[in-house]
Amino acid sequence: MTNHAAMIPAIEAEHLQKAFKTARVLEDVSFSVPRGTVFALLGSNGAGKTTTVNILTTLIKADGGSARVMGYDVGASPAMVRTQISLTGQFAAVDPMLTGRENLELIAALRHVPQARGTVATLLGEFGLTDAAERRVMTYSGGMRRRLDIAMSLIGNPSVLFFDEPTTGLDPEARLDMWTRIRSLARSGTTVFLTTQLLDEADALADTVAILHQGKIEASGTPSALKRLVPGSNVLLGFASADDRDTANRLLQVHHAVRPSDGLSLLVETDGKPSAIADIFLTLRDGNVELAEFAQRNPTLDDVFFHIAGNGAGETAHA
Amino acid sequence: MPDTIRDTWTMTRRSLRHIVRSIDTIITVVLMPIAFLLLFVFVFGGSVGLQTGSVSYVNFITPGVIIMTVVSGIAYAAVRLSMDLQKGIINRFRTMPVAPVSILGGQALSSTLSNLISSVLVLLTAFLIGFRSSAGVGQWLIVAGLVVLFTFATTWLAIFFGLLAKTMEGAGAFSYVLLLLIFISPAFVPVSSITPALRGFAENQPMTPIVETMRSLLTSGVAGSQAGPAVLWSVGILVISFTLALTVYRRKNVVVLS
Repeated sequence: MTNHAAMIPAIEAEHLQKAFKTARVLEDVSFSVPRGTVFALLGSNGAGKTTTVNILTTLIKADGGSARVMGYDVGASPAMVRTQISLTGQFAAVDPMLTGRENLELIAALRHVPQARGTVATLLGEFGLTDAAERRVMTYSGGMRRRLDIAMSLIGNPSVLFFDEPTTGLDPEARLDMWTRIRSLARSGTTVFLTTQLLDEADALADTVAILHQGKIEASGTPSALKRLVPGSNVLLGFASADDRDTANRLLQVHHAVRPSDGLSLLVETDGKPSAIADIFLTLRDGNVELAEFAQRNPTLDDVFFHIAGNGAGETAHA
Repeated sequence: MPDTIRDTWTMTRRSLRHIVRSIDTIITVVLMPIAFLLLFVFVFGGSVGLQTGSVSYVNFITPGVIIMTVVSGIAYAAVRLSMDLQKGIINRFRTMPVAPVSILGGQALSSTLSNLISSVLVLLTAFLIGFRSSAGVGQWLIVAGLVVLFTFATTWLAIFFGLLAKTMEGAGAFSYVLLLLIFISPAFVPVSSITPALRGFAENQPMTPIVETMRSLLTSGVAGSQAGPAVLWSVGILVISFTLALTVYRRKNVVVLS
């Protein structure tokens, strides 16, 4: 006999809708996150990522649709959902007036963790905060607060961890440290739901990525499947004058997808093969267009959006 | 239920740590009432004192000054709650299996306790400048009970305003209205010296029965006719504020941090 409980996904969202006053933030958001996997909700600022997290973590109620976390409905049984989750928000939710140790002890007490002293000491060690444990958090650096914030979220071993833009505002070193921690959490069997604006972050961490754009899931799938939606690499061409840029735009559009970029530059989609890049140079030379700058760019979130929009607006691409 | 009590105590301990670690706020809380006490007794006391009859002026105003201490103290509960909202830690609590009444109740209990301590400090100052009472232990306990009830009730009012406030600075502003109520009451002057236009208002607002009952217990040893209204006002404020605070807390959308 199969264990039915183990088959229920960790998170299920069905047609979630949410509006604030007149602004419709979520139009139709559905996804499913299997237990023990890492799910990344990818989107730009204002796409509705935090609103989705807030609905799933019982902070706000959806206007329409439904969502379940570990089988519990977030609207009907928020108290049960809260026993299963923890939220690490965009801004460190720590108490600056307490010491690092006291912050952890506070959460341990509220989660009724037995032998809290040992749990707290272990977490302080794991997050490199043992030396700062007796200092008030107001004296901590941004990176230390962030580490404490995550350590607080791990107390009581929640089944589902929510991270809302966990690396926003972190320096590159702290960002890599965060990635390592999220990966090790996933290995221990915890379900991780994270939001990010960065394709490479979703790529590096997630088993499944869903792209949220203007309140809808525009595409979802494994990172490699999503990247197959986008051509191999883009070429950024810089020009000395607007005339040159416009001529190049006209000539290149015959064989390539071209869109304007910052200032006097164009972004050309290619499959990344040398012959395609050679073709661009030849076209420009034949057209007597002077090229001032040239760069190759790996696909970014913008490219995915551009591509999805170009492949038929409104159609959800499931890779 | 035992979980709720345990969690409330956890939140109370947290809040008490905040209070102990920002001891300057306690000093600020007691300084103003003490300044008023000294000002009224040594500057205005000469002229007003004549009208307070057999009761010495310092004995007359001490109950009002204690209520003033409470009113300026509870504003800090609103500020602390507003700070928790602004710093995002309330969102963490809200996503944890902790009852709202525990999260807010921690503030209510710590505020009541710290204001009781502030009140004792102000009372000691009053003793130093000549306050004396013939009240026995029983009467003192009733006075203390009334102060605790009034503090607990108005702290929930502070929590309600703390939840509504958009900024930390604005969170405590409601207490100025309560301070004004104290001044339009027989806290510092006999009711007969209040202009007739305001007298009707003064006689029917919460500060009057509370101050008069405390004064009656401390000077003549009896609770007096105002004791019923004093308790009713306090319980009414408590029930309404508690209900409003929990309703706002449950319905409140997440504070948008920036």
